[in-house]
Parts: sequence; structure tokens; C-alpha cells
Amino acid sequence: MTEEQAKLKKQTRRILQRFGKNRGNLIPILQQVQGNLGYLPREAMLEVARFLDIPAIDVYGVVTFYNQFRLQPPGRHSIRVCLGTACHMKGGYITLDAWKRRLDIDRGQTTPDREFDLDTVACVGCCVMAPVTVVDDKPQGKVEPTKVDGILLSFKLEKK
Amino acid sequence: MKLAEPQGIASAFREIKSHAQSQWRGLRSGKPVIMVGTATCGRAAGALEVLQTIKGELKKHRLDCPVFEVGCMGHCYAEPIVTITKPGFPPICYGQVNPVIAQRLVREFILGDDPCLEFVLGALEKNELVPSFFDFPRAEFEKKIILKNCGHINPEHIEHYIANGGYGALVKALQLEPEEIIAQVKSSGLRGRGGAGFSTGGKWEVCRNAKGKPKYLICNGDEGDPGAFMDRAILESDPHSVLEGMLIAGYAIGARYGYIYVRAEYPLAVQRTRLALRQARKLKLLGKNILGGDFSFDIKLFQGSGAFVCGEETALITSLEGKAGTPYHRPPYPATSGLYGKPTVVNNVKTLAYLHHVIQDGAKRFASIGTAKSKGTAVFALAGKVVNTGLTEVPMGTTLRQVIFDVGSGIKEGKHFKAVQIGGPSGGCLPESALDLPIDFDSLAGAGAMMGSGGMIVLDEDDCMVEIARYFLEFTQRESCGKCTFCRLGTKQMLQVLDEFTKGKGKIEDLALLSELAEDIKAGSLCGLGRTAPNPVLSTLRFFHDEYEAHIKEGRCPALMCRDLIAYYIIPEKCERTCDACVGSCTVEAISSHPTKRYKIIDQTKCVKCGTCLTACPPQYSAVVKLSPPSLVPKSK
Repeated sequence: MTEEQAKLKKQTRRILQRFGKNRGNLIPILQQVQGNLGYLPREAMLEVARFLDIPAIDVYGVVTFYNQFRLQPPGRHSIRVCLGTACHMKGGYITLDAWKRRLDIDRGQTTPDREFDLDTVACVGCCVMAPVTVVDDKPQGKVEPTKVDGILLSFKLEKK
Repeated sequence: MKLAEPQGIASAFREIKSHAQSQWRGLRSGKPVIMVGTATCGRAAGALEVLQTIKGELKKHRLDCPVFEVGCMGHCYAEPIVTITKPGFPPICYGQVNPVIAQRLVREFILGDDPCLEFVLGALEKNELVPSFFDFPRAEFEKKIILKNCGHINPEHIEHYIANGGYGALVKALQLEPEEIIAQVKSSGLRGRGGAGFSTGGKWEVCRNAKGKPKYLICNGDEGDPGAFMDRAILESDPHSVLEGMLIAGYAIGARYGYIYVRAEYPLAVQRTRLALRQARKLKLLGKNILGGDFSFDIKLFQGSGAFVCGEETALITSLEGKAGTPYHRPPYPATSGLYGKPTVVNNVKTLAYLHHVIQDGAKRFASIGTAKSKGTAVFALAGKVVNTGLTEVPMGTTLRQVIFDVGSGIKEGKHFKAVQIGGPSGGCLPESALDLPIDFDSLAGAGAMMGSGGMIVLDEDDCMVEIARYFLEFTQRESCGKCTFCRLGTKQMLQVLDEFTKGKGKIEDLALLSELAEDIKAGSLCGLGRTAPNPVLSTLRFFHDEYEAHIKEGRCPALMCRDLIAYYIIPEKCERTCDACVGSCTVEAISSHPTKRYKIIDQTKCVKCGTCLTACPPQYSAVVKLSPPSLVPKSK
């Protein structure tokens, strides 16, 4: 076991201490683990399975069923393009294309420098601000291709 | 479960209430009160910056007046909204406030006495000075019951809710027998607001009489319909109304535990609900021996993890049990065998929010609103190409036309109404001919749509009906849990056909195939997701057949939306040759000048059809146009 794996295991165990051992806690546990680690590495899922005394495949099945869980480490900034009805009709898919083009990754991926991860979200309920992109948990309204460039530029300036 | 001392409960609550009232009155102690709407829609528009500015300005001028956050008033088109109540003036709402306007409001209105009429949205009371919301055409049609508190109280202060009558219905309910409450709710005619419209009292009765213990109550806040946001608004703006409803429901069915299942995509709703639970517990309105009586009830908040199908009650229950949220066969209905096999009632957020009013004001009053079979009001989320996007609450039986044109003020930019999409992925698109339909649970089903959760997306001439059908099918296809073959594979086949239509590669015989697949999926799916998934396709096929034909036969998208069927073109004669707006705007550098004549040319091989040049071209030239089919673009020399 590498040092990294041991560390992930230890972190997971610490979170598990706060929960009872019933199956109903599986989803809240996974949410907590992802909240702390940023994603759900194999070691963490195995640890959760052992804790709840259920087959590892059950944990994996739940993780891959729900859209919120991720198996890859996230980027420093998260980009979530809303594809709700209103956003779609106002060109959310065009905005998604712009993000893909600028970050050079597909939805569900993280940039090689781990600076950004890109994904879509079904609807964040801010339909009146369409098209919406949620940047680092903050919904931004009227994000069109030019605003995509603007947001990326502000991150670049921030880094300097 | 008769209570030992009903007077004890009432007097315990009186104490809580008088404390809350004195706090609420304290806000009106002669100082101006400032309220900033900070629901998610407000935040997306910059409400938190406005709040910071106001606080900073007040500090700078050493003004000590209460500033607090409120929820969403429903006027989302005007966010961020700031409401100022200054003695001597009516309470005034300001719309589209930015930090600069916020600064002026503090300096000129709070410090000075100029109400800055140029930024006014409307006053909350009728008065001589500023136009009020009652003068708006929408006031005639709206009737706010469950949205009444939204935007007027601080959702993070339980005292605000209590001072405005909150938890009074719970106290009233606790002094009745559970059977009496069920009878009242039944006679009020309240039907579930999740979409199916099942009698709420009827569901409760089945659960109360069912064998098995403990019983559970679940609040379904997994509002997954893209384009619906009323549950989010209620949980963010008035979470205690939902908790009170849950307490009443829990008491009526004889439950000891309740769950609120909230979508993961609504972090603010989760945060405010969690806080509300803590506050209610502290005042003994929740937990063991509520208000010192015999009734005990506790609520746990459960955060969803992003699966649309979990809005279906049996899938939601499976998800609560810690599994992948796949639905199961009904009957047995959850009311007899639900969570962990025990009798369970699943009620929508709005249904529960109505209970305060049904109990407090009486079943008769509630039943007097609405139509013969659909009682009360309906809440709609208006979005899309309508002027006044936001939330509205109207009596059942109001027509679509009144909602879209009177409440919503019609279509943006003077364009033509084409269709309204109601009920999200389970609903349908209704054309202009259906606009005079009174909205209730049953009328919409007859027209090929459904009320669903109440999302209403208004579409205009620029929206392609084939594309919207494809969009919804792509959504349901991705969200299908995979349990039923027809839903899993059938939707995939339908999507493939529609994909080809929007690319101009469709065949006319595919139209019949679509209808056939649609009927099969409806018949062969277990839950509402599959059974209603074909609705958007069927309704567009029925009302907008000509658009399908244009895509298939001519490779043309009449609405100029489908990207494979359009091209952007700059008309040389209209192009102001010394202007460079489009060149600079193009995100992929596809526009260049003609080497000698200098008008701009789009390189069609590079163009990604994002439409930025169309918006960039100054309106006095309007040289950029969309053409469909793309073969209409003249060959450049």
C-alpha cells in the first residue's frame, strides 16, 4: 500500500466514526467522504464497504448511479454548466461547447494541470438567469461564450 | 393519541409567540428596515454583493437600522431585489439593484428622504406616492397562499415565521384527534402537488389505517424537473411552513419520524432547512414531547445525490434506504408498505406547505378556491422567453393565457408566442390554440401535457420544437435508471431518431416509428419516468408536425436553431466595412475581412455557430443573419 493510499484510508476512517453502521447511512457517508476528499477513491469505497459490512460492488453501484459522485479527483475550480430547459433553450449547449473548447476537456473531465473540472448539471433552479454556469458553487447568470472567456481571464489574473 | 393537557400546549406556544411578536415588532421601531432577497436566484444576480454594500454604507454613515436577508418574492426577472420600509413611506421594493444603486439608496433614501423613484419596482402597499404591486396587471390574477411569506420574512429566523401566524395551525391540530384532521384535509379537496394529484387526505387515511409500525412521513423535495424551481424557492424562503406541514401530517398519520429529501443541487435550500430544523427543535416544536404534549416527532434531512428518477416516490424510498434509486412496482403503495416495508406517506413540498392554511383558515376556505375537482392554488415557475420570469401562484382554473400574458406580461422582445412547455420531461408542449385552457390537474392531461410540478417554459418563434423534444428525451434517456427494458432501450432508439432529424438526416417513415416506440415505452415502463418520457415527443408531433417535416424533407430548421441545419452569414451589402465588432467577438477567429472590399466573411469550416457575431453586430447594420438550410450561403468568390 502506498503512502497516499494509507492516507486516504485513514481519512475515510475518521469520517466513518461519526456514523452508525446501518445501510441507510451509505449515501450520507459517501457525501461526507467526497466532501472531505473531493472524490471517491477506490480505497475509500472499500473502507466504506467494510464498515457497513456490505459487498464493495454495492458501494460502487451506488456511487456510479448518482450523478453527484465522482471517481476522479476534482480540479481546483469546478465548472458546472446548467443544462436545464431554460438554459438549453437559451444556448446552454453553446456555452458548454465554449468551455470544452477553452479548457480542452470533455464533460466529466479535469484539466491535466488539475486547475479546472468541467461537468453539467440538470438544473440549478435559476432559470431566469439562463444560461447559467455554476463556477465554484456560485451560480453565474447569462454565461455566453464571451463571458466564458471573461471568467477564465479573471482566474488567470487572480493567479498572478 | 389523545393529549393529556391541550391547554398546556396552547399556553406553551403563547409564550413562544409573544416573544416572537415582540422581536418582529422590534423591527418596526421607527428605524428604516432593509430587506435583501438572497435566494439562489438573487444570489446569481449579485444579491450578496448588494447586501455587503448596504451593510458597509450603513456602517460608514453610522446608521443603525436592521438589515436582513429574505427569500424570493417571485419577481425573479428583477433580482436582486431590495425592500426598504421607512416610516412615513410605504414599503418600497427596488429591482435590479447593483452595488452602485444600493449605495445611492442608503445615501439618498435612508440618510436623505428621496425614495429614488427611478429604481422602484413597486410598493408593497397601495399609496399615493409610488405605484404598488396591486396596480400591476398580475395582481388581479395572483392569489398567494404558500408564497405569502416568501420574500417578506427572514427564513433564517423562526421568530419571523411565528410572528406571522406560523406554527399556529400545528397547535390547533394538536388539540384535535388525528382522524378529525384527516377528515378536514379530505374535505378541503387538497390534492398532491407533486404532479399526480392524488387526494392528500385519502393517502393519509390509508396510511393511518395500515398495519405496521413505525410509520414514516417523507417530504419529497427532490425537484428534478429542469425548469421547475418552486420547491427550491419555498425551502429557501419559508422552510418552516414545510416543517409545520410535516408535523401536522406526521401527527395525523401517526408517524414518529419524518425525512426531508432535498436535491443535492440546492445547497442553500439544504442549509436553510437544516437551520430551520435546529431552531424548531430548540423551541420544542420538534422532537420529543412537542410543546410539552404527548406527540413526538423528529425530522431528518436527507440530501439527494443527483438522480432525477428519485423524484418518483418508490425510487426515493429506495434511495433513502441507501441503495441506487430504482423504483419498484405499485401496489402495494407506500402508504401501506414503504420505507423499510412500513406504512409511509410521501408528500410534495408544496402539498405540505398548504397544510398550515388548510388547518388554520379551515377546509371550507381552501375548498372555495379553484375548480370543482382541483382545489386551491397552483404555483408555477415561469421561465424561458417570457418577460416576467419568476414564480407565481394563481387559483386553479386560471387559463394559460392569463398566466403567460397577464402575469408574465407576454413574450420578450415583441416576438411571437409559439408554445409553452409544461410539466418538464413528463409534460408536453402546448400551442397557441390551447392557451384558453383553464389549468387544473385534469384539463392539461386531456390536451397532452400535464401539470407535473409546475414548471412552465415559454417558447417563441426562435425555439425549435424538434430540438426541444430531442432535449427532453436526451434528459430522460440519461436519467432512466435502467430497470425496465422499454425505458432503457426504447428511449435510446427514439433519441437516435430525433438526433438524426435535427441533423437533417431523418427519413419520413421514422415519424411512424417514433409514435410506435412512444406507445410501447408508455405501456412497458414501471414508473412515471418511463411512462411519461415520450410525452414531449408525442405532443410536438401532434401540434408541430410541419416542423418535423421541414427538418426531414428540406433539411431546414424553421426556427433557425438546430446547429447542423443553419449557417451564419454576413450580408456584404449591409456590412459596415470599417466596423470590426464581429471579428473581435468571434471566439474561434473564423471571421476575416475581404482582402480588397473589406466586408467581413465567415469561414464556414471554422465557425462553431455560437451566435456571438450576431449579437456583436451593431443593430443599425444587422448584417449577420442565420440561414437554413446552410446551402443558402452564397459561395464566396
